[in-house]
Amino acid sequence: MAMKLKPVDVVTIGVGWAGSILGKELAQAGLTVVGLERGGDRAQADFALPQMHDQLKYEKQLELFEPTSKFTLTFRNNSREEARPMRRHGPFPWGEGVGGAGFHWAGWTWRHTPWDFKIRTATIERYGATAIPEECTIQDWPITYAELEPSYDKFEYTCGISGSAGNVRGAIKAGGNPFEGPRQREFPNPPLTRSYGETLYAKACQDLGYHTFPTPSAQMSRPYTNPDGVTMGACLYCGFCMNYACEVSAKATPQTAVLPAAFKTGKYEVRTFANVTRINVRDGRAVSVTYVDRQGREIEQPAEIVLLTAFTWSNAQLLLLSGIGKPYDPVTGTGVVGKNYAWHAGVPYVLMHFDTDVHMNPFMGAGALCTSIADLASDNFDHTDLGFIGGAIIQAMAMGWGPLGFQPTPAGTPAWGSAWKKAVAYYYGRSVQLVGLHDHLSYRGNYLSLDPAYRDSWGNPLLRLTYDFHPNEKKLSEFLVKAGEKIARAMGASSFGSYGLGDHFDAGVPYGIIHQVGGAMTGSNPSNSVVNKYLQSWDVSNLFVVGASAFPQIPVFNPTGTVGALAYWTADAIKNRYLKKPGPLV
Amino acid sequence: MRSGTIDRREFLAFLASAAAVAGTRDAVAATPDAYSHHEIRPAANLGSLEKVYTFFSPAEAEFIEAAVARLIPNDELGPGALEADVPYYIDRLLTTEYGSGARFYNLGPFGATTAFQGYQSPLTPPEVYRIGIAATNNYCQQKYEKRFAQLDAAAQDGVLNGLQAVSLEDVPGATFFGQLLGDAKDGFFSDPAYGGNRDMIGWRLVGYPGVPANYSTRIGKNEPYNATPVGIRALQQARVPLDEHGHPIHRQAAAGEIPRTTAPPAPPKPADVAHDARPQATFFM
Repeated sequence: MAMKLKPVDVVTIGVGWAGSILGKELAQAGLTVVGLERGGDRAQADFALPQMHDQLKYEKQLELFEPTSKFTLTFRNNSREEARPMRRHGPFPWGEGVGGAGFHWAGWTWRHTPWDFKIRTATIERYGATAIPEECTIQDWPITYAELEPSYDKFEYTCGISGSAGNVRGAIKAGGNPFEGPRQREFPNPPLTRSYGETLYAKACQDLGYHTFPTPSAQMSRPYTNPDGVTMGACLYCGFCMNYACEVSAKATPQTAVLPAAFKTGKYEVRTFANVTRINVRDGRAVSVTYVDRQGREIEQPAEIVLLTAFTWSNAQLLLLSGIGKPYDPVTGTGVVGKNYAWHAGVPYVLMHFDTDVHMNPFMGAGALCTSIADLASDNFDHTDLGFIGGAIIQAMAMGWGPLGFQPTPAGTPAWGSAWKKAVAYYYGRSVQLVGLHDHLSYRGNYLSLDPAYRDSWGNPLLRLTYDFHPNEKKLSEFLVKAGEKIARAMGASSFGSYGLGDHFDAGVPYGIIHQVGGAMTGSNPSNSVVNKYLQSWDVSNLFVVGASAFPQIPVFNPTGTVGALAYWTADAIKNRYLKKPGPLV
Repeated sequence: MRSGTIDRREFLAFLASAAAVAGTRDAVAATPDAYSHHEIRPAANLGSLEKVYTFFSPAEAEFIEAAVARLIPNDELGPGALEADVPYYIDRLLTTEYGSGARFYNLGPFGATTAFQGYQSPLTPPEVYRIGIAATNNYCQQKYEKRFAQLDAAAQDGVLNGLQAVSLEDVPGATFFGQLLGDAKDGFFSDPAYGGNRDMIGWRLVGYPGVPANYSTRIGKNEPYNATPVGIRALQQARVPLDEHGHPIHRQAAAGEIPRTTAPPAPPKPADVAHDARPQATFFM
């Protein structure tokens, strides 16, 4: 029998970006909020120097990620196969603990463009209905860019994003991204200092007629105090950024940017090692959540409002376990929970090498220290007769790489022996990487469901992923690889290897990108979505499901900027509308 | 040194020859003993885990030492994985929570899999090593009437290459080889605190300074950095000056201390541009 606790106003399931922002906003509005986090605390003091600068622990052994022994996905390429668990962190790991993915992240902080919110309509308008690939289930968001813009602005100013605006209220600005949607003002901080590899990249791209700009970065280019009075330090370019905590708080995370203000209210509490196993619904209302604590005890926490703010997969898993919403059936195309799963699979990249006396110093950098072009992104170029839709932001990266994770060798170099050793010794300081995160459309056969055979360490069915690549993405990837090669030649690389999407998704390959979306998507009505435009459940009106799970497809952008914006968007909807009149907002 | 020295004489002879090779090299790379670095102390003062096998049996240690010496050899660029104590790194790794496989999902059922479902064996990394080493030595006994460590370098390379295509009892050879190669590279490039990368041999090879300093005035400049590398141990023991944040202040390396290869290696054949679906580097975002 579960121990029943006193009711609170709000419970958040998970304390990542979405949970911490909603927790802060609602606690500041006077509500009592409890954040339930299934991992441990991640306080700054846990990451003292010098132990924190340990590549083996954080990059290879993935200290900040959840072990697969606790939870994993099962996987199959199509629904005729039997799924097997991802026993190791194959294609992607996932965050654990307070801060979630917002703790280990690299800090690339993009906005979707206006086009991304109306991808289906805009594609049909420009290229006709036949441009939508077979089996493709992309759909427009019920939210417009203009509606979400103030929430993007709030997230960026909370995080002190470093960047250079390309479009301020419709005025195109030199040095920024001319293809971005209009923003109400400049970034809160100027861009980071470019690495030498980016300098070469920027010059080559400009020679080719592309528009270069700094990737919006959650590393502070100077000390910064955000609107909640939370202070962060300036980035030191130490290169221990993505997969690490920052010892000078120069990377915006829930811990460095949001939680101090939440705790200051006196209304906010985080309970760690609290794994929620059910959302309890009675008469169409979420009355409480049940969680298991570190001692294995079952505890029931009643709340007036339940916010499901866990990682994409856990949002879908908990909805399915709790029987909320109709599970998606790929055969009939009916049901919505688990539908429109997508991710940034197998992003194309070009690894180039210079046989000259250059000094790339790859160990210097910052998680989001990159120079970008958006000329080949989204629908920023004419796709007539190309045979695919979508594009990519192509970037030169200087994330900071030690030799443990970065052993660049020309394609065809043996994997071991003296030839390998010579190549690594020579090219470690003479290589540059380009990467092109691209659109991945959603398809009828790519979805999440509960696995019938395997269980997680709390005894619940694992989430099952059924997923494979499609021709649109393969063609797009080939196109981008060629574009990357053209830039590599213009940069004067002596040689380069270029890598695109394989024939099939392979759970044994470390693709390197996490970015998981869908499964609880937002839409215009209950038959095409799990949540409405305020990310409120169509079935249970005091339940909001907030995160990248709401994306109906994944655009060229890293998801965090939009996850943060959606958290502010939902917080405003709850404060300004729901609290005044609880019930369905649409 | 490992105990139970079935081949102690051979092993000592090998070390002597390795030292002789090292001694003939010029300033391209100094011998490990010649590194004038503040972190090097007499072995007696080092931790109790220094150079002792607690997981590998003598026969297993003999195999690992011979194998890593081929994977990352001692050559004209300087010492390799054996000299960097990589065998001891792997031995320690296999007794840790991570290295023993305790963080991996290992519940059944274990059934037929497709080619795209990743690692599906119930065997843990220590079991893969135990089975893989024994099976490889058995193979060498059958084919050459010698253990792997007794073969000459060319024959050892042949066996290692062949591993990728064979099945060793319950372990695919590629699984065992992949584990061994990955661990050897990790031991060569990880912080010396974990028992490998002795004297920061791996870091010196590529010019990596180890625990980072504040690079905010150096980022973006096309100029050599050339610092004497520092490890976690030196910082913990307060043997390195620190800045106000607690980062080490790197010391400029002495001439020749950090070799920088100036001639590019021969390009791989046939083509230097390959279209390969598989990434070579990871960047988890």
